[in-house]
Amino acid sequence: MSTPSKDDLIDFLYEEVRMLDEGRFDEWLTLWTEDGMYWMPLDYKQQDPIHETSLMYEDQFMLRLRVERLNGARTFSQKPKSRCHHVIQRPYVDEMDHDAGRYVTTTQMHYVETRLDEQFLLALSARHDLVLRDGKLKIAQKRVDILNCDAAFGNIQLLP
Amino acid sequence: MTRYATRSAVEALVTPFQVHRDVYIDPEVYRLEMDHLFANTWVYVGHDSQVPNKGDYYTTQIGDQPVIMVRHSDGEVKVLYNRCPHKGTKIAIDRTGNTGKFFRCPYHAWSFKTDGCLLAIPLKKGYEGTGLDKTESGKGMKAVGAVKNYRGFVFARLNEEGIGFEEFFGGSLSSLDNMVDRSPAGRLEVAGQPLRYMHRCNWKMLVENQTDTCHPMVAHESSAGTAVKIWEEMGHDADAPKPAAMQIIAPFMSPYEFFEEMGIRTWPNGHGHTGVHHSIHSDYSEIPGYFDQMKEAYGEERAKEILGENRHNTVYFPNIMIKGPIQQLRNFIPLGPDKTLVESWIFRLVDAPEQLVARTAMYNRMINAPTSIVGHDDLEMYERAQEGLAADGLEWVNVQRLYDEGEDLEQEAVENGTTERQMRNQFHAWVKFMTATMPENLEAAE
Repeated sequence: MSTPSKDDLIDFLYEEVRMLDEGRFDEWLTLWTEDGMYWMPLDYKQQDPIHETSLMYEDQFMLRLRVERLNGARTFSQKPKSRCHHVIQRPYVDEMDHDAGRYVTTTQMHYVETRLDEQFLLALSARHDLVLRDGKLKIAQKRVDILNCDAAFGNIQLLP
Repeated sequence: MTRYATRSAVEALVTPFQVHRDVYIDPEVYRLEMDHLFANTWVYVGHDSQVPNKGDYYTTQIGDQPVIMVRHSDGEVKVLYNRCPHKGTKIAIDRTGNTGKFFRCPYHAWSFKTDGCLLAIPLKKGYEGTGLDKTESGKGMKAVGAVKNYRGFVFARLNEEGIGFEEFFGGSLSSLDNMVDRSPAGRLEVAGQPLRYMHRCNWKMLVENQTDTCHPMVAHESSAGTAVKIWEEMGHDADAPKPAAMQIIAPFMSPYEFFEEMGIRTWPNGHGHTGVHHSIHSDYSEIPGYFDQMKEAYGEERAKEILGENRHNTVYFPNIMIKGPIQQLRNFIPLGPDKTLVESWIFRLVDAPEQLVARTAMYNRMINAPTSIVGHDDLEMYERAQEGLAADGLEWVNVQRLYDEGEDLEQEAVENGTTERQMRNQFHAWVKFMTATMPENLEAAE
């Protein structure tokens, strides 16, 4: 695509969460730019991902490691495997800069993760910084703000 | 309900190299830990950089006791029970805040100075001649038994009588010293918010794991082992310089010999550390400019001495661990026999390059977050252990690795880094401080 429409952006975001829900993690990794960062702040309205602790601030090496680990034979916390489920609201398209090939969206969602007899729900807001690379949309940054980011959690093993 | 409330009953739960499962799962033992162990020992409360100004406060707990750490008008840090002496209402609910010159209870507006003393009661004439001033309630908010601010780290003992701070920690304070000395200004400051990670297991499993050097290459193979594999697949030589994330995670896959040779030191009263000679933090790359700042502050020889220590995990009994080389503190807060809140805090070295706290923040989120691929497998092990201990087939947990008959845990010692001596040391101290305020037997109690 030369200039993505609003619908193209929204379809991209729906397809992303579908990949995660269906466990198509290798495919999900192809959605990112080489220097794309996944940020999950620890503090409400956190500004600094570097000098304070976050829940996640991961580059493509760390995301690949996370995905490969899920398939490992000795990944004990994934015996049995977790499953996840995203319910997303129609994304807000906050910025469309066709000249720069840069797009910003915000998606409100409910994220459910389960393993064995346990299941938990997170309410969250995901901001995507998308860029156009060789005619394809890619994620340059994804920021996931969990509504109760400052609460104590047990394991969150898959990806909101 | 009084199966374990005596010295002899508690002593019978721990042998020189075995621990009875009730120490981890029994509700009465847990209750006794709150009443005795957490009241008789010096427990970490918080860091004074959390309350820099007069009236600043921080709410937390010591064992299961709600407390407020507050900067009093004289500049000292006080620790008060978070309870109005009138009806019991918690005075402060925010995790942090500034209360000004006094606390004011939101229920009936009784007010208290920041050292707890009663300041005023509305319509006070209603108490005239009632003898309120002779009651505990009339005195104000109750302070804990004793408080010590050690180089910014605030510890408290709930009981008014008991072991002194220096005697309790002894030589183990050298680890805290080293962590603070790594700042050219000799000062640390809390950076950001702590990770808060809920564990459905007993708090002591986490404390034991801090000096368990035979688990990383097994439990963390899926994370650290996979990291090393991907790194090599990307065409990097195993010995090539690594980015910070690889420097952090790869050493978890070090062979047994690495951990055997790193050494473990134990001190009396349950304290001890791994990494006497080297540790997983030894080979982090140098941060430009840092050594020069240290040299300026301390002189070259002393700076080298400070930075030459690479202690891995230091356990301060009963329930914190610090990592001196990266300025991290983990607080294992008991919430029940099978429930523990783990808070992982990081600190900025005052007057040192910001890249240092950046690396520490990376370590914290990579290894100790509820979203961490390393933490996931640790929690899995603890929770499986908590469930497995229900099995009636075996009643004892084994901590016998490198045990010598006649081992003297009242003496400082350095041993092979895979010994479980530090775990035995913790349980030796556990018995000591559980029973210090207990009757010998039930007859004596009555």
